[in-house]
Amino acid sequence: MPLTNELRDDILASVPSLRAFAISLSGNGDRADDLVQETLLRAIANIDSFQPGSNLPAWLFTILRNLFRSDYRKRRREVEDAEGNYAKTLKSQPSQTAHLEFEEFRAALEKLPQDQREALILVGASGFSYEDAAAICGCAVGTIKSRVNRARSKLSALLYVDSAEDFGPDNTVRAVIGGNGG
Amino acid sequence: MKEVKKQGGLNAEIQSRIGHQLRAMYDDVVRQGVPDRFAELIRKLDGPEAAAAAVAGGDTDKNNGGD
Repeated sequence: MPLTNELRDDILASVPSLRAFAISLSGNGDRADDLVQETLLRAIANIDSFQPGSNLPAWLFTILRNLFRSDYRKRRREVEDAEGNYAKTLKSQPSQTAHLEFEEFRAALEKLPQDQREALILVGASGFSYEDAAAICGCAVGTIKSRVNRARSKLSALLYVDSAEDFGPDNTVRAVIGGNGG
Repeated sequence: MKEVKKQGGLNAEIQSRIGHQLRAMYDDVVRQGVPDRFAELIRKLDGPEAAAAAVAGGDTDKNNGGD
């Protein structure tokens, strides 16, 4: 469809969540904004292929995700850069404790395989349905569901293995169940 | 079976914490709104051709032959 003013506004309205998605994927604020810029350019360059009435955010997220994928293959991630850069993207500095907890969470997220990380973010943070997330990632709905589940259990293992003791003496039982059940 | 149920409860607690942290991280960026550079970029582009040229040029600040 043609680039109407209304469509421009709709694209702009998606920018905040596109940035959040890009930062969650790349762990790097500067690269994330480059990704968003490239996404916007490509979206507008290909606006004729956008179906009016279809899900614009999902379409934009698909473009960004594909760009990130091809970019990722080219240069991998500059992990050592990510540490400070992410903090810089935060407007308000959280308290020290919250900040540590936050850094810990971000680091755990980085440890997830890319497939699982993007599925978890799309469903758990961006608020897409499993169906939309599947369309964005170009896979089956069941695949998204299992990626999200695996991401969640991996994160809880990374983050809450120690603190799980707070909940009671169930660790051995859980270990046994986990070991047998796979 | 009781243990499994208990584990489910523990998971629910942890899963809600994970969900909360994930959204907190994400929403922190969302709340920053639209940075000027993007608002300007979208305003500046007349249409698909201009955007395609910018993609090909690699840098939107270069307006084909400078200012």
